[in-house]
Amino acid sequence: MLRIAIDKIDSLFDAIAEKQTLYIPVDREDGAAEYKKYESGMKMSNSLNTLRSAKDFFFPQTENLVEFKMEGKQIEVKDIREESEDFVIFGVRACDARSFSILDKVYLVDPVDSFYKNRRDHGVVVSMACTRPAETCFCSAFGIDPTAPEGDVSCWNDGSYIYFEANTEKGKAFVDSISSLLEDGDASSLENVKAETKRILSLLPLSNLSTDSFGGDKLNEYFNSEKWAELSESCIGCGTCTFVCPTCQCYDIKDFNTGNGIKRFRCWDSCMYSDFTKMAHGNPRISQLERFRQRFMHKLVYFPANNNGEFGCVGCGRCLSKCPISMNIVKVMKALEVK
Amino acid sequence: MNANDTLIPHIGVVTDIRIDTPDVKTFRVNAINADGTVGGKVFEHMPGQCAMLSIPGVGEAMFSITSSPTNKEFMEFSIKKCGCLTNWLHAMDVGQQITIRGPYGNAFPVETELKGKDLLFIAGGIGLAPLRSVINYVRDNRANYGDVQIVYGSRSMDDLVDYKEIIDEWMTDDGIEVNLTIDREQEGWDGHVGFVPNYVKELNPSLNKTVLICGPPIMIKFTLNGLKELGFTETQVYTTMELRMKCGVGKCGRCNIGNKYVCKDGPVFRFDELGELPDEY
Repeated sequence: MLRIAIDKIDSLFDAIAEKQTLYIPVDREDGAAEYKKYESGMKMSNSLNTLRSAKDFFFPQTENLVEFKMEGKQIEVKDIREESEDFVIFGVRACDARSFSILDKVYLVDPVDSFYKNRRDHGVVVSMACTRPAETCFCSAFGIDPTAPEGDVSCWNDGSYIYFEANTEKGKAFVDSISSLLEDGDASSLENVKAETKRILSLLPLSNLSTDSFGGDKLNEYFNSEKWAELSESCIGCGTCTFVCPTCQCYDIKDFNTGNGIKRFRCWDSCMYSDFTKMAHGNPRISQLERFRQRFMHKLVYFPANNNGEFGCVGCGRCLSKCPISMNIVKVMKALEVK
Repeated sequence: MNANDTLIPHIGVVTDIRIDTPDVKTFRVNAINADGTVGGKVFEHMPGQCAMLSIPGVGEAMFSITSSPTNKEFMEFSIKKCGCLTNWLHAMDVGQQITIRGPYGNAFPVETELKGKDLLFIAGGIGLAPLRSVINYVRDNRANYGDVQIVYGSRSMDDLVDYKEIIDEWMTDDGIEVNLTIDREQEGWDGHVGFVPNYVKELNPSLNKTVLICGPPIMIKFTLNGLKELGFTETQVYTTMELRMKCGVGKCGRCNIGNKYVCKDGPVFRFDELGELPDEY
């Protein structure tokens, strides 16, 4: 298998960054990891995962959709779309790598979202297998193997080398472009690494979480559950769970008057907010109970109903560690599941 | 990147504004052609479909297209004044350009399930707007449909939308029965007085009719109950829904009822389909 010694990874990053924009996870001063545009000398983070998910690369928090010039009664529409530059995201974990295929099922189905597709077409996802899954991890419950991450290229780290395997045409082209820096080497050590990761996984507190009770056919059964009242009682509607979530895909569209025209923006929105569904004649989700229920019904029931049973969660655990009232999808699943 | 994106709107020109009621105006919208002339439609649609209209900097919202697709000259939107954007639209003059994108959503099944049927339209207030598209489509394809009955009610005589068209055109058509009602007695009105759901029960329409309802949620609810008491089944009653929308194509995530997006899977639903979804609308 093609590999590179870990102490030579900087030279690999330098070589990639010479040709295209490269993003790698780096540690911030407060210890949290985040993706940064690579500049020579930057060190890749050893953290399990980044604070924010990798969805930003394809579905940024805000973006400019279109601009207008207003003059008297006339309006001019300015299509400001530009072809994205090629870029590489290095070190994406298996959960986030799967989230892209979930976002694809929203944004690449007809009518295709050209803004999303443009970035998707130009981005190479290089994933990195996990070796130290954490207590908040539950990707396995959603059928994700953290020792075999998806992406255009999958990578493994055995402590001495990083190994590369291309999964797509785009991935092959990328590996070819860096092949002069890689060597062909024995990858048998990875079996032990993967076995050890799986052993840790089996010992984690959420290793027994089951999705068996959920799916698209449970629509009214779960919607009408009496448990939502208690589960949602403490929710303060801050929306943090939706913002750190790699699969939350809802957006708002708003106009901004620059003084020299109007910019129309798209930005992340949250079903946890009261004005998300508020209309002139009222709001169908009048309390936090309805908003809270919407988020979990979407991930566990509505999304699978529309996507051949696939769930809208990848078990990354970000909402577990970030919710200020310690409520999360795992607690919801355990409360609702039929034993 | 050459492909059009539905989020990037077209420009339309408002070429006529009709005052229907104290808070409803009907706006005629034409396209700007390649040679700069104004005329024709920005896009084609089917009865029941909607469009996103916007004044950049003010807002963008979904409106049902009230004109029939058989009208080849222009599109029309009957809009009630009830928010930032609609206030702005009500204040504008003829010649104003707006942005328009669509058409969005499904349509009433005028070419399939409704074909050959006796039709009963029931509307309340501005709820006539989406049904007018179907009514005029049926009038222009008269041979394809059976008898037509229209029950329409509003708060007062002055709140009846499309009043002139109803009197001058619908009421004079053969095979169309129009029953108007207003909520309270009013000087100059010698027609029926009373709420729509009760009026429908009084009229006791024949059970072979296929029903299309639109109006305030409370009116829809009581009318449906009344129809069921008369013996109608949910499979013969259609309605059109309205929830907050941003994208129009099932991606922005806010207009869902259960796993269905009103913008994409609706806005037209048959009541038996709606009955299978969670009660959250």
